[in-house]
Amino acid sequence: MSALTSPHIMTMDDLTAEDITTILDMAESFKEVNERRIKKLPTLRGRTIVNLFLEPSTRTRMSFEIAAKRLSADGVNMTASASATVKGESLRDTAKTLSAMACDLIVVRHKYAGAPQVLAECMDAHVVNGGDGMNQHPTQALLDLFTMRQHTGRLEGLTVGIVGDISHSRVAGSLVPALNKVGAKPIIIAPPTLLPPRPDVYGAEVATSLDEVLPSLDIAYMLRIQMERAEGMPFPSIREYARFYGMNEARLTAARPEMLVMHPGPMNRGVEVTSAVADSPRAIVLDQVNAGVAVRMAVMYLLLGGDGGGASA
Amino acid sequence: MALLLKGGRLVDPSTGHDEVADMIVRDGRIVEIGEDLSIPKGITLECAEKIVVPGLVDLHTHLREPGREDKETVATGTRAAAHGGFTAVCAMPNTAPICDTGSKVRFLIERAEETGVVRVYPIGALTAGQKGEAIAEIGDMAEAGAVAFSDDGRGVQNAGMMRKVMDYARGFDTVVVSHCEDESLSAGGVVNEGVVSTRLGLAGWPAAAEEIAVARDIRIAELTGCRLHLAHLSTAGSVALVREAKAAGLPITAEVTPHHLLLDEDALDRSYNTNLKMNPPLRTAEDREALVEALLDGTIDCVATDHAPHARHEKELEFELAPFGTTGLETALSLMITHLIQPGRMEWADLVRAMAIAPRAAFSLPQVQFEPGAVADITIIDPEARVEVSQEWFASKSSNSAFLGATLLGKATDVLVEGRFALKNGKVVD
Repeated sequence: MSALTSPHIMTMDDLTAEDITTILDMAESFKEVNERRIKKLPTLRGRTIVNLFLEPSTRTRMSFEIAAKRLSADGVNMTASASATVKGESLRDTAKTLSAMACDLIVVRHKYAGAPQVLAECMDAHVVNGGDGMNQHPTQALLDLFTMRQHTGRLEGLTVGIVGDISHSRVAGSLVPALNKVGAKPIIIAPPTLLPPRPDVYGAEVATSLDEVLPSLDIAYMLRIQMERAEGMPFPSIREYARFYGMNEARLTAARPEMLVMHPGPMNRGVEVTSAVADSPRAIVLDQVNAGVAVRMAVMYLLLGGDGGGASA
Repeated sequence: MALLLKGGRLVDPSTGHDEVADMIVRDGRIVEIGEDLSIPKGITLECAEKIVVPGLVDLHTHLREPGREDKETVATGTRAAAHGGFTAVCAMPNTAPICDTGSKVRFLIERAEETGVVRVYPIGALTAGQKGEAIAEIGDMAEAGAVAFSDDGRGVQNAGMMRKVMDYARGFDTVVVSHCEDESLSAGGVVNEGVVSTRLGLAGWPAAAEEIAVARDIRIAELTGCRLHLAHLSTAGSVALVREAKAAGLPITAEVTPHHLLLDEDALDRSYNTNLKMNPPLRTAEDREALVEALLDGTIDCVATDHAPHARHEKELEFELAPFGTTGLETALSLMITHLIQPGRMEWADLVRAMAIAPRAAFSLPQVQFEPGAVADITIIDPEARVEVSQEWFASKSSNSAFLGATLLGKATDVLVEGRFALKNGKVVD
């Protein structure tokens, strides 16, 4: 029996506001575990968790891997270079193969949107989306909420400006609905070339000028800019992008003194954030990374219904 | 051998027929139409409660032979056509190899004679290899029997090239079929750009990418005087452009598929159902309604299926990797009856215009008129028959239908091609 509404976390649609609170509260206790000298719990002993990473990723994969290990689950990695997919096996067959090996939970990162749904259709295991194409990355949104709550003590009523490549960003794809669910106010801020075709579908306010909305923000969430694009750059130069949409000391000064800066990483210093901002105490990027492990432990624990009382076990 | 079609409702607006009557077919021709007819010997087919119409023609079929016989062949594709009530299909040239020379056109005609059960009219490529770089041998193909020319699947991207091929095609008094897609705008798009592309995190293919190509090709038709047929229109904006061009008297015809008439992007929801991935993509409810209205008022001339069979393993890929297309030959008629005739939005005469008369006119194919002497290409429809659209139901080799699982009302029970049964009592005749 899972403690959550849905057996899978494929998009933010799978989670209710109550589910989100349950996950964040559970993550609090796991965060405490992560601060111990012996960072390991026996709760998921004997359960098998597969990290199916069909797109290059180091940080997210490591975060899931560490989370699984700290819960004593048996974690297995399957990555693009080593996987059967390069030999031409379809995702469905990969899913069925993994299902035949009796895996309990699968974390999938894939270049194409909808891959988690394909897996969920083809196997009995719980599916956690570790990022699918330009669609969603729900555990990133959860760890972001965790970090926001940790620093501000609340989520409801927070105004969060999400700045940058919204249209290609699965981070924004999950963060916007996540913020709406917990009663925060997302504003997406980007040049029109980086906005999705119908931002209203996201349920976010839209701004094209960072400076205009800057004073209203509790949090500036800076998205990573992809420097190389086949279809041509959506802005004239890195210099111009940084000038209008980058977070620098002048903007930090113009913003509310308590405004925090977040980034899903890895950062392009000098583009989305200057080094001075990245290294300032108002940037809480490493807290996000830290929260990632605890939140992913909570997700695994709640989906797999570990025995006993989680961190207290 | 004589055949008496007894007591059916004959509908052919080209000759003014819409009444219950008998028809006698002999030696592949209609010989008599009237009341209480009888034949001394031969077969009598009871047609009471049925609709008897000139044979349906599909202007837009992918038969996949040669090259992808695992998806469809001339044999299976023409059986699917007969099963769906068609007496003829026009085969698109994007096979492997591309049908872009006279000998390849002849190959298809020979295959159809050997293995087909309905008529097959080849469509030749517009440019060599459908690459958009050089004019294909249009004269040679026309002589071999190609009825129209198209780079369907891609569209000619360069306006200057399109002008050149349309100029050239005009010299052979043929029609150019345009796949309207400006790839610099649609590039990478897999669903309509808008609500659904945003919600599903998929790259969008905006309506403007079609409309710019429609507007361009209308202007080139005006410039060259070449007849233009616009394939699978999908947007309200395209409809407005065609309406305006027709009002100006330009030599333009247009088609719409049943799936664009009856489905919109909302069908995609969160399902990532690859049978709903087609090119052009399903558009908005407003576009869909504009297409229905355009078909009803004659702005759009024809219904065409864009029957695009694909192997199961290809459609069972991630949405972005799966090929575009849905099958259509076997569901088109039933869909039109269920969703337009039964609710009273369309008359039978309009359906005959859209699926039999206008398609033949668009490609200058010989008309089938209900009068003595006409070739007996005839479709007989049971408007009350129920159809459960399931994988097993298809005669096609593929079952990638956007309508899998639907229950439809009305279907073809018999199909005559030059007086011979291709479909008899719902079963394909080999």
